[in-house]
Amino acid sequence: MDSALVIHRLHFAFTITYHYLFPQLTMGLAPLIVIFKSLALWKGDERYNKAARFWSKIFAINFLFGVITGIPMEFQFGTNWARFSHYSGGVIATALAMEGVFAFFLESSFLGLFLFGEKRFGQKVHWLAAFMVFAGSWISGFFIIVTDAWMQHPVGYEIAGDGTAHLNSFWSLLFNEWALWQYLHNMGGAVITGSFAMAATGAYYLLSRKQEEYGRLFVRTGVIVAALASLFQVFPSGDRQGKLVTDNQPATLAAMEGLFQTESGASIVLVGQPDTANQKLDNPIYVPKALSFLTHRRWEAEVKGLNEFPRDQWPDNIPLLYYSYHIMVGLGTIFILVMATAVVLLWRKKLFNARWMLWIVMLSFPFPYIANTAGWITAEVGRQPWLVYGLMRTQEGFSSNVSAGNGLFTLLGFMGMYTVLSILFIILIWREVGHGPEFLGHEESTGRVFPAAAKT
Amino acid sequence: METIWFILITLMLTAYVVLDGFDLGAGIISPLVARNHDERRLILRAIGPVWDGNEVWLIASGGALFFAFPLLYASSFSGFYLPLMIVLWLLMLRGVGVELRSHVNDPLWWSFFDFVFSISSLLLAIFFGAAIGNVVRGVPLNSDGYFFEALWTNFRVGTNPGILDWYTVLTGLLALVTLTVHGSHYVAVKTEGEVQNRARRVAFFGWLMLVLLTAVSLVATIYVRPQILDNFRIRLWGWIIPVLVFGALVSMPVLVRKGSDLAAFVASTAYIVSMLGGAAFAMYPNLLSASTNPSYSLTIHNSKTGSYSLSVGLVWWLIGIALAIGYFTFIYRSFRGKVVLDEEGGY
Repeated sequence: MDSALVIHRLHFAFTITYHYLFPQLTMGLAPLIVIFKSLALWKGDERYNKAARFWSKIFAINFLFGVITGIPMEFQFGTNWARFSHYSGGVIATALAMEGVFAFFLESSFLGLFLFGEKRFGQKVHWLAAFMVFAGSWISGFFIIVTDAWMQHPVGYEIAGDGTAHLNSFWSLLFNEWALWQYLHNMGGAVITGSFAMAATGAYYLLSRKQEEYGRLFVRTGVIVAALASLFQVFPSGDRQGKLVTDNQPATLAAMEGLFQTESGASIVLVGQPDTANQKLDNPIYVPKALSFLTHRRWEAEVKGLNEFPRDQWPDNIPLLYYSYHIMVGLGTIFILVMATAVVLLWRKKLFNARWMLWIVMLSFPFPYIANTAGWITAEVGRQPWLVYGLMRTQEGFSSNVSAGNGLFTLLGFMGMYTVLSILFIILIWREVGHGPEFLGHEESTGRVFPAAAKT
Repeated sequence: METIWFILITLMLTAYVVLDGFDLGAGIISPLVARNHDERRLILRAIGPVWDGNEVWLIASGGALFFAFPLLYASSFSGFYLPLMIVLWLLMLRGVGVELRSHVNDPLWWSFFDFVFSISSLLLAIFFGAAIGNVVRGVPLNSDGYFFEALWTNFRVGTNPGILDWYTVLTGLLALVTLTVHGSHYVAVKTEGEVQNRARRVAFFGWLMLVLLTAVSLVATIYVRPQILDNFRIRLWGWIIPVLVFGALVSMPVLVRKGSDLAAFVASTAYIVSMLGGAAFAMYPNLLSASTNPSYSLTIHNSKTGSYSLSVGLVWWLIGIALAIGYFTFIYRSFRGKVVLDEEGGY
């Protein structure tokens, strides 16, 4: 545990995992706020603006935490992974630099206008600002995914005379097939986090019988969007992502599924504990032949097990990979069940009185965070032992000039800093949810009746 | 092509120092010019809609550096590991200090975030100055292009220096005073009455320090690194830079006295641009000089990436920066004028 390699891996893993708790909500809420702003413009109903204002307060706090925990990420490629940066900068830095000029300038410029300019510049400019912030956050996500996708599935490069990777096709890098599906899958996950948070907040208002008009709006919007996004995560985005792993990272697939031996008509394991020493799964509960069908579209297809691959190409933490993958898939399945039930109740006009369901919706908001995190652990641990798949091993990439002692010093510093940030975040969000949308300033009611309130 | 990228990245970093410089400066002088809750809110409102965008220039410069000169990015970011991490923590604290103050109505809460905001702004200015000092002085590069610098060794400028030695402390103080003056000019532009008067006074006393430190650091730089004069000997047009520095320095107090705060802000901008431009001019084509063996220095030639991506990069960079300049013009125009404490505007 005291080797520099381990410390640098933990350093990046800790800071990126913590950071990504915030952008997933930013990217998930941004389109929902645009929906509210659009409805307000379209229907001329001030209450949609109030709803947007309330969520923009949550958004602003969350965005700030995303920005300040995100700044270290742009630097940590160089600080902790210098040899990797030197090797791959000729390719991935194109994506990272583009993120800076195309996404960060956009979102940071319009955020100020979005937060402080509603009254001053009018509703149309404010809608535009909301849209630009949404666009900026989603463009930012795209370039990060392009970077990661290149590490998962390198394309559009050549190895130059000095042994480093140089870009030789700009469009291949940007339109890497891996990046496309990973992006859609990732953004679906972000929308799930955002819509669950919205639905849970609404459920909280309904259950505590305050601000119920907004409670209904948030629950309705949240569960509909969450149900659609949860389905999208399985098909097509998750399915296609899985297919890419099957074709390009077969050892990763075997480890994710806990498949130690090659099988024809392989079954898919729902629950079970991998035993890497004896190369078997304990206490498996499985669906026969499902894995063959899902990966190759044939019930009897052969799926390669870990035994087909040399040991030095196995992911180095098979249990972690196996569990994170199963947690992601398991939670994703539960999300569909919960939100489909909620939508059915909504459709039959029973949801707002079904307190048991509102309790479930309210308590479910942390789980998308877990699912998104588990998904990323699956992707990144699954890529091991490679840092750039097939090209550079993880142990070749860290900053060998930064000692384990210096690395641990700053890792502990980040842990302390992030503990304080977490406490501040929880206090501030709790206060905003407590205030609710009802009593926010700038009322300019158009006097029209909130149509939804009358109907439901 | 690599020369073009050298110039572009210098421009981006300069834009960062000019833009984030004034909001750092506003943070530094906030305890001096804003004495109560409402005055502090005014300062925050003056920078509120723009500080985050200004900071993006740092991120974008880092990205462009990584893109054009991967070896420099890898070497300098890992070699400056400790100070960079401290800078990152300070940037976090500063973001929290600006944005979270207004969320709770409690004098204790305000005091805490006022302190966080000012101290982190002050330390950031010093660290950024020390960083420039390190680059000018040179670092102990190995033959493989890497190095690692401790925070301090014996505070002497030698072959094995620390991040902080007497020279880099000097450049750190120079940066602190520069941004104090620059930030005071900005605050004077954006405010009226008492706060504006205090900002002008801070600008004047800061200016006295600035003249002194500019002269001292000029002598010190020539003593520490005589090679910086080489480019001035080869390319005589470079002498326009010290003329600009001098002109900007002289005009600042005159303009403040006349009450032309915006012109004074332009003058401090010109001072920053010409100082950084001068440093870049003197360094070229070196990116990071070796204090060990001059042949280990990282130059634009041995650090650059492939010429294909540098050429393609020029296309997307120009499009992206044109858009960014468009947004900035729009935002600064939207929020132009004096700040007031009306109900909208936050903080």
